[in-house]
Amino acid sequence: MLHIVNKSPFENQTLDSCLRVAGNAEGAAILLTEDAVFAASKGNSNESKIKAVMGKVKVYALWPDVEARGMQDRVIEGIKMVDYGGFVDLVAEHSNCQSWL
Amino acid sequence: MGAEMTEATGGIDFEDEEASGVVKKFMFVNRKAPYGTIYALEALEVVLISAAFDQDVSLAFLDDGVYQIIKGQHTKAIDVKNFSPTYRALEGYDIEKLYVEKESLDQRGLTEDDLLVDVQVMSSAEMAKMMSEQDIVISF
Repeated sequence: MLHIVNKSPFENQTLDSCLRVAGNAEGAAILLTEDAVFAASKGNSNESKIKAVMGKVKVYALWPDVEARGMQDRVIEGIKMVDYGGFVDLVAEHSNCQSWL
Repeated sequence: MGAEMTEATGGIDFEDEEASGVVKKFMFVNRKAPYGTIYALEALEVVLISAAFDQDVSLAFLDDGVYQIIKGQHTKAIDVKNFSPTYRALEGYDIEKLYVEKESLDQRGLTEDDLLVDVQVMSSAEMAKMMSEQDIVISF
């Protein structure tokens, strides 16, 4: 299942909720988009939480949103970048998806 | 006739759809408190509509969504309709799968006894499994 987070982890709990539910789930993938890409940056206070789930689930970030926010040179290693086409592929590859609004 | 019908119905061939009788697993995920935003009420409206289509419907309550089904809601003074009794009516529409995440209850100092409907309380891991088994997940 694909889980999509689009809110900044600094003003919203959605990333925490997503990681709590999906962080250990079989076959789960997490895609960070819009302001959620701040969670993908090195040295941010959510880094350890992100790294903790990366052994178990795949973590992706949407490149256009990363780049738009100037985060491209500080992305945590192991987070995979996808463009819009990759976003579509992720949705298509998974049986279903949950947007953590 | 087929072409004529699909044109009249915007490309959807209702006849075929009915013949196949596909029942899909729909889950409505509720993560917002009632009244502060319109999400909870809108979700409930969609759930009731979905009941008309004979689908396999379930509701999940996580995070502040658990406040939607808390006992003792009195909304008269804020001049908003108290829609919480509607959750108890869902049973009458054959919507009986109500799932609540235990961690969300715990965080808020709530237990199953505080809820106004019969629910199945489950862990985050069980909730993730339940979600992943759905055909369609609609988030509010």
